[in-house]
Amino acid sequence: MSRYFTDEHEWIDVEGEIATVGITDYAQEQLGDIVFVELPAEGASFEKGDDAAVVESVKAASDVYAPISGEVVESNSALEDEPALVNSDAEEDGWFFKLRIADASELEGLMNEAAYKKFVASL
Amino acid sequence: MSGTDDITQFEEELPLQPLPLDAWHRAKAARMVGFAGYHMPIQYEGIMAEHGWTREHAGLFDVSHMGQLTFTGDGVDDALEHLLPSDIRGLKPFRQRYSMLLDEDGGILDDLMVSRLGDGAFDDAAIYMVVNGATKYDDIGWMIEHLPDEVVMNHMDEQALLALQGPEAGDALASLIPGTADLLFMQSGRFVWRGVTLWISRSGYTGEDGFEISVPGEDAALLADALCALPQVKPIGLGARDSLRLEAGLPLYGHDLTPAVGTIGADLGFAIQKRRREEGGFIGHARVMKELADGPGSKRVGLAIEGRVPAREGARIFAGDVLVGTVTSGGFAPTVGAPIAMGWVSLPHAGPGEALEIEVRGRRIIATVAPMPFVPHRYRRKA
Repeated sequence: MSRYFTDEHEWIDVEGEIATVGITDYAQEQLGDIVFVELPAEGASFEKGDDAAVVESVKAASDVYAPISGEVVESNSALEDEPALVNSDAEEDGWFFKLRIADASELEGLMNEAAYKKFVASL
Repeated sequence: MSGTDDITQFEEELPLQPLPLDAWHRAKAARMVGFAGYHMPIQYEGIMAEHGWTREHAGLFDVSHMGQLTFTGDGVDDALEHLLPSDIRGLKPFRQRYSMLLDEDGGILDDLMVSRLGDGAFDDAAIYMVVNGATKYDDIGWMIEHLPDEVVMNHMDEQALLALQGPEAGDALASLIPGTADLLFMQSGRFVWRGVTLWISRSGYTGEDGFEISVPGEDAALLADALCALPQVKPIGLGARDSLRLEAGLPLYGHDLTPAVGTIGADLGFAIQKRRREEGGFIGHARVMKELADGPGSKRVGLAIEGRVPAREGARIFAGDVLVGTVTSGGFAPTVGAPIAMGWVSLPHAGPGEALEIEVRGRRIIATVAPMPFVPHRYRRKA
């Protein structure tokens, strides 16, 4: 399994043709206490860059973009009851949704963990 | 993802100025944002934790961005009664009142606190006023234009303002300054602590008991350190200040109050005493009387929201297919444990219990007009 990162602070785990998407620990830290996550419905289809989810902190709502194109095969229902899971475990149990990858070439050019760390350090 | 900062609504035009406690906040690892033209702390450990701490213990807020003004001179009371709709002549020494600046059309230019000084505080000035940070320079310009030459207004721009708020604020402050225990809600006094002169009022913006402490900027860090050394006290950022005041049903200028709205629709008629309504003689009086007689077109109301989706400022409010209002403040209410909002709703739909819908991202969420405050006030009104 490979993990990719975007400059919009999302992580993508790729296993075969399925990509699991979440926001990074840096992103949850910046957002603060998360009180609601709006997730896409199963079967929804996204182009890269589409609004795919919304994460609401105490203060504000932020869009989460589809980091690559694909069809939603599952959303993380645990976040409905416990949105704070995104704060406590952003990069594992706090995942948002799984996509069936439409175009694997879109993964090219995304960052690996070392590059993302460097990117965050530069902010 | 976009909007990684949850603080965009606090951002203002550059360049931002530092306030007296700038280094103090940074040393406490505050996340600093731009607000009202200054670098200010939005949070330290997190909004939820800070909000809860203030409701249970005591939180220290730096509100030094606010404008602190004094007024002196012959006819100062009459001059201020021309500018403010509230009773100033009847304001006794060491007493504070909530009031507003109104424009010629009765629109709200700012909301503020006004007190009568005593005990020689602030160089024997007569009246002390605290106005909002984002509006203070406009307020000053407006007042200069409307005050007679005999009245001198002084902007104390090197004075800091700290708020200590929460059920343990009384005990905490009394352990440093025993005399403050005798203050009741909306009373104030001059105190000396370690040689530093303070003007302290028992008031705030959280719905809790607490104090607002005017302190020279150069002494602010010493006082903030002494307060935060007490077991009851932690520093609290602007984020929790906003969620606390929303639960307390207190309007935020520039959001819930603007020049487009009047005092009666804003449900702030309590600030205009009977004599002032009857006699008038203040800028904006006609709108007050018209709204009292005919009813305002719309009203500022509280909105309880069903489910977990917060409704934010700008969201449209519907009764069926009819657009009846707009959310002016909204978010998750930590003490309530649910989203709440404040908004302006047309009068026929503004009654308590009215079932409405709010549009969020193209969908409707269910909201009910709710009495405010959402969390009961706990002011100390008698000993």
